[in-house]
Amino acid sequence: MKAYPSFLLALSLGLAVSLVILARSDLAFAQTPDPRTISDDQVNAIAKHLYCPVCENVPLDVCGTQACEQWRQVIRQKLAEGWNEAQIRQYFVDQYGDRVLATPPPRGINWLAYLVPPIAILAGVWILIQAFRSWKRPLPASSSLPQPEQLPSEVLKRIEEELKKQ
Amino acid sequence: MITDLGYGTLALTFLLALYGILAALWGIQKRRPDWIDSARNAMLLTFPLLTVACLSLIYLLVNGHYEVEYVASVTSNSMPLYLRITTLWGGQAGSLLFWSWLMSAFASAVTLRNWARDREFLPWVIVVSLVTLGFFLGLTLFVENPFDRLWLLGSGIAVKSFFPPAGAIPYYQSDGNGLNPLLRHPGMIIHPPMLYLGFVSYVIPFAFAIAALITGRTDDRWIRITRRWSLVAWLFLSLGLILGGRWAYDVLGWGGYWGWDPVEIAAFMPWLTGTAFLHSVMIQEKRGMLKHWNMILIILTYNLVIFGTFLTRSGVLSSVHAFAQSAIGPLFFVYIGASFVISLSLLLRRWQELKSDLHMTSLLSREALFLLNNLLFVGILVVCFWGVIFPLISEIVTGQKVTVGPPFYERATAPLFAGLLFLMGIAPLAAWRHSTVQTLGKAVWKPTVVSLLAPLVAFTMDVRNWAALLGFWLAAFVACVTLYEYGRAVIARSRSRGESLLRAFWNLAGRNRRRYGGYIIHLGVVLMAIGIIGIELFQKETQGTLAQGEELSLGPYTMRFDSLAVFDTADGRNVARAVVSVYKNGRYVGELYPRRDYYYESQQPMTIPGLRSTMEDDFYVLLVDWQPISSSGATFKVYHNPLVNWLWLGGFVFIIGTMVAAWPESETNPATVRARRRTPLAAKAS
Repeated sequence: MKAYPSFLLALSLGLAVSLVILARSDLAFAQTPDPRTISDDQVNAIAKHLYCPVCENVPLDVCGTQACEQWRQVIRQKLAEGWNEAQIRQYFVDQYGDRVLATPPPRGINWLAYLVPPIAILAGVWILIQAFRSWKRPLPASSSLPQPEQLPSEVLKRIEEELKKQ
Repeated sequence: MITDLGYGTLALTFLLALYGILAALWGIQKRRPDWIDSARNAMLLTFPLLTVACLSLIYLLVNGHYEVEYVASVTSNSMPLYLRITTLWGGQAGSLLFWSWLMSAFASAVTLRNWARDREFLPWVIVVSLVTLGFFLGLTLFVENPFDRLWLLGSGIAVKSFFPPAGAIPYYQSDGNGLNPLLRHPGMIIHPPMLYLGFVSYVIPFAFAIAALITGRTDDRWIRITRRWSLVAWLFLSLGLILGGRWAYDVLGWGGYWGWDPVEIAAFMPWLTGTAFLHSVMIQEKRGMLKHWNMILIILTYNLVIFGTFLTRSGVLSSVHAFAQSAIGPLFFVYIGASFVISLSLLLRRWQELKSDLHMTSLLSREALFLLNNLLFVGILVVCFWGVIFPLISEIVTGQKVTVGPPFYERATAPLFAGLLFLMGIAPLAAWRHSTVQTLGKAVWKPTVVSLLAPLVAFTMDVRNWAALLGFWLAAFVACVTLYEYGRAVIARSRSRGESLLRAFWNLAGRNRRRYGGYIIHLGVVLMAIGIIGIELFQKETQGTLAQGEELSLGPYTMRFDSLAVFDTADGRNVARAVVSVYKNGRYVGELYPRRDYYYESQQPMTIPGLRSTMEDDFYVLLVDWQPISSSGATFKVYHNPLVNWLWLGGFVFIIGTMVAAWPESETNPATVRARRRTPLAAKAS
């Protein structure tokens, strides 16, 4: 029976050592990731949605400057380290601010970017509906348009003559 | 000498514009037609004078007078003659002079029309045109002078100024910096003049609108006078936008034609209001309604023209700080503000007089559908305007700039564009004044049924994207309605007049050019929509580094990297040119030569794609990077763009349609028209 705890202790120690070795080997692996395993398409899929602060309005995946090439290398490195797209995006936001994103993140004043156009369009629809409603109402009696019976007889006669000529 | 001549004529034109404004105002005030005639002559003279100024600058550009700062900044010894000429509009100062010259051409042309019936408009048209021209001439003369020379100060610093600073000596350079390589493309050579022509021609309808508001002649006369001006402006603006798209596709090296860049949007915004205006004026002409709205649209269009120039010229897009530091930005800002406030005040003054007694009687009438179309155009404008200025607002309020990129515009405008396509199909079938569900349904069901074949065919070809299926249906619906309408009219005319179908088609287009030109434009839009659906929803891309002989596949295409040559050219470029063999579904279809040019003078690279182009698709190859062939080879980025050529074909049809609509009618003499109308049909037949 006494041998049992010793066995457990040995097993535990063995496991612990194995875990440490495994962890260390993982660590060592993580410290030397190979970016060559990451394809250009994987890099561009993320770069497409990022903008560098220098090259205005040019997405990172097609920008030919040296700075943007370095950014793409950073993406490649991060992907090789196992980062996902959201983490990489956040990394660039932390480094350079919200302007690296293709659209303003929906928070704070940025909500205005998304709310103003639909509100303006809805206001236009409302104005149009009001206008249609007012137009559907019958015309007031004092309409300035002359009714046929109000036209002077010589004008009517002239119109009839012109119509006959056609 | 030539520099002095150019500067002198520029200054003289500016003074002449000021004189014209004052003479016209004095003539109105004192009721003196001779003063108004004098103002008219002044406006007429601006064109030859500015022609001299432009020719002077072209002379300096062509002959490499690098003592002139503008010449040194945009030309170089290695540039060919045609490019040196086009640098007239290749930089800020030159483009402002060019803008002024085009404006003077339109202003002079408008003075030559017969004013007998519209004499009261004349002085105000002169004032508005010359104020606009004077503003741009002022900017050119005092802020961005293309005739400024380079001077070397005692401290060794080179400065630019027309007159010599104290103690400075002239500074001569043996060579210039050369034009930005991105601008050395046929599309970019024609694109800016087209856009500028579109911009400046909208000044004329605006001038007439303001004249109508000031004089109180608020009937539709100003609209009838400016109908053709508006169409010509719209033609040039459309042409400018289409050429700009083609330039982006060929030169910018990202496989697309439209990137929702603020500079593109700046030119697109006046086009949106201009298109709404073209539709809306028809309601005023036919029904005497929407007079306020037409005024608002033309005021908006004019101010968006100036705003567009302001956006691209003031530096405001890079940051509000650059704007504050630029000399030109605040002046533009004040001008737009003043112009907007004055125009709207005039409109408010005449608000009651512009009210119409006629009302819309049916929600399905053509005028109601046109109004809905206007709402959608203005909706797209709101999205564009807000998207362009939001980064500036964010920077002012929070100090942080944000990017408003393509996803924002695409999501917001796609349903609006779809709505416009739908209306483009429905509206031609709706009657003026009154239309019911029954009458409209009766007219619409046949084209609807036929058009459903398009998404069905697409579905059988494995298209499962619902947006694409909807888009194809809408495009087919508009095409069916347009062809149905055209076909019905051609057959009816052919039967009643005994003409051949081709003859009837030709005569019909000639008889009512605006209507049938409009139908051709709609067909152009349909073709463009097919191209846009193809590239936006089905574009594929890949990138890879290949050693010589290795292959890269995308969609039905495979390319093989054959060779790469790097060499210098006589015009100052270092060219890296790859040769790739292209196979489609395993069959060899030809070679492509993607290349990258590096311009030594400006130290800028330019990527020129290798392009295999068919109506089915484009195979678009970019040379992204390369190493010496002995190591790993070259990196290529490849795009497969289905149907994109339909976009360019549609653009061509669109422009043809606009030309048909804008072409002058043969019967321009009202007396002749009246006489012909009085002639009985029987007499005509004999």
